[in-house]
Amino acid sequence: MIPLSWYLILAAALFCVGLFGMLTRRNVVAILFGIELMLNAVNINLVSFWRYGEITSMSGQVFTIIVFAVAAAEVSVGLALVISAYRRRNTIVADELDMLKW
Amino acid sequence: MSFWNDPLKVAAGWLEGILTGWGMNAIAAHVLTVFLGVLILIVLLMVLDIFLVWIERKVVARFQDRLGPNRVGPFGLIQPFADIIKLIIKEDTTPANADKALYNLAPILSMMSVLILWAIVPLAPVMLGTDLNVGALFLIAAGAIGTLSIIMAGWGSNNKFALLGGFRQVAVMISFEVPMLTMLLIPTIFAGSMNMNAIINAQNVWYVWLSPLGALIFLIAAIAELGRSPFDLAEGESELVSGFNIEYSGMKFGMFYAGELLHAFTYGGFLAILFFGGYRFFGLEQVSPFLAILILILKAMFGYWVIMWVKYTMMRIRIDQMLSFNWKFLTPLSFALLLVTALMNALLSSAPTWLYVSGMILANILTGWIALEIARSATRQERERTEGIKQPAEVRH
Amino acid sequence: MTAQQIIFLIAAIYTLASGVLTVTSRNLIHAAFWLISAFFGVAAIYALLNANFIAIVQIVVYVGAIAILFIFAVMLTRRDLRVSEHRLNKGWQIGAALAAALFVGMVSMLAQWSGFTKTADAFPTQFDAVGALGEALTSPNAYVLPFEVASALLLAALVGAVYVAFNPRADENSEAQK
Repeated sequence: MIPLSWYLILAAALFCVGLFGMLTRRNVVAILFGIELMLNAVNINLVSFWRYGEITSMSGQVFTIIVFAVAAAEVSVGLALVISAYRRRNTIVADELDMLKW
Repeated sequence: MSFWNDPLKVAAGWLEGILTGWGMNAIAAHVLTVFLGVLILIVLLMVLDIFLVWIERKVVARFQDRLGPNRVGPFGLIQPFADIIKLIIKEDTTPANADKALYNLAPILSMMSVLILWAIVPLAPVMLGTDLNVGALFLIAAGAIGTLSIIMAGWGSNNKFALLGGFRQVAVMISFEVPMLTMLLIPTIFAGSMNMNAIINAQNVWYVWLSPLGALIFLIAAIAELGRSPFDLAEGESELVSGFNIEYSGMKFGMFYAGELLHAFTYGGFLAILFFGGYRFFGLEQVSPFLAILILILKAMFGYWVIMWVKYTMMRIRIDQMLSFNWKFLTPLSFALLLVTALMNALLSSAPTWLYVSGMILANILTGWIALEIARSATRQERERTEGIKQPAEVRH
Repeated sequence: MTAQQIIFLIAAIYTLASGVLTVTSRNLIHAAFWLISAFFGVAAIYALLNANFIAIVQIVVYVGAIAILFIFAVMLTRRDLRVSEHRLNKGWQIGAALAAALFVGMVSMLAQWSGFTKTADAFPTQFDAVGALGEALTSPNAYVLPFEVASALLLAALVGAVYVAFNPRADENSEAQK
């Protein structure tokens, strides 16, 4: 059998890869890629805790479904913002979207 | 348990016995046997696919009052093999500046998205790839891979027509996934399971009698998902030359083409499984698994024939018309139908069969009629808005 | 090493490699496709954890909807898709150090937890996880409220996305052309 630690280490590693992408990419869409990787890492954790804990209590899977819904909402609004920003400013590089800075 | 009652298990047990007899690890022998089974299934599907080319061309010829292929072999039966030889010896070109990895991966994924569907098709009561308890969703997941292959082909070709065709096809596919998924829930409600085998076993009455409208919407969504006429605007020859597969030649094009034919046949099979009782036909499936396979293939061929019939008698419609048809008519209708079906199912759950069936049919007819009336009045208003209110002839003078 | 462990290792390495290529690849379209391949790897991990429904929903939602949205967004927001720019910002070393520190910190914290090396019991064959999940999502004693809130959230996101991305000027132009 696979010990729980393997899944947790995988999830931690995937989360950190996503965090790295989120912190360092310049393109806004690529930053969203990083956020998706982090959400997936969280989901791996939730499902593995469901599997290794009490199987009859479905909390882990239910929260995963909620995270799916949140991810879909986040991506649709985020990409709408990106397209809107591109239309106005002709760029989606995060450093150049600095109208709120003074 | 003899070979004629459960051929897969007997053959697998025999092979595994031989392999472990040679000193092979039990797990490795099992993996190898399963792998061989998958390989045999794929090879048989490919052979079937070759004959689908012939069937399609012959049927089209009949619809269009022609003879079809009749030169190579008896009734032109050898024609598909000649086509294959032609496709193989054709030069395999890759356009300049194409995204090579994606360009070459796309035809493989396209074929894979079709073949993977056969993992959940129950060929006979005892012959099925995997008894997945979320089979209905698996259909949609495989469709997602197909969408991916088209966007890969469109992007990888580095051709504006291919990209436009890919965009159109993807827009169509992700739009029509909504009514299709909703219609997959109707057999799920009746059977109380998403498992394909459970859905077939629950069909003492074919679900097409319980939900004729559902079967019709599923067929329409399946045709759109396939990108066949009247929804073949992704490859509109007069505007996009050939759509997403314009740059492909040789066997790579052949993969797209064969994938499309097998996909149409597969959707015919799923129509049979979900609404026409799958391998069941008045108890004949109990006689022998081989008879059950034959029944399923005949039913799938019927579905495939209907899809061909629609393809070769309807004209292409415009993309905005087709998307508004989906979002403004088909999707609300499928949601309403799902609600009505769930409600009627709850109300009539303890009723005798005749009452259950007639109540379901009445509910379906009523839903369809109301939807058509709403669509008709909306169309009338739209026409009056665009063309102006028709004045009676004598007032104009 | 059992067969399950080998499958896990293959899926995990595949997922992580795809993730790394997602955040480092120069061509954004390639990054999007690597992200999709990471999604497939995660779906394989779910399947290993006996969560069939979650695995299939992962493919339907992430690959079928979210990834397609990403690809469309990438294609819509660049004039020349082949320009390779500086893909990482100036402080990327700090980002990498932060991510590495977080990983080391998380793993060392988890290693002190007593349940870290726990193994699961064999999955009960009679247990209908999909049915239990459906009941949990719709039963008032369980999670019907979060479920309804999630649907309200999706509706709000739908309306918001349409409102934000809607271009009134383009619509006026097309009206004027008519």
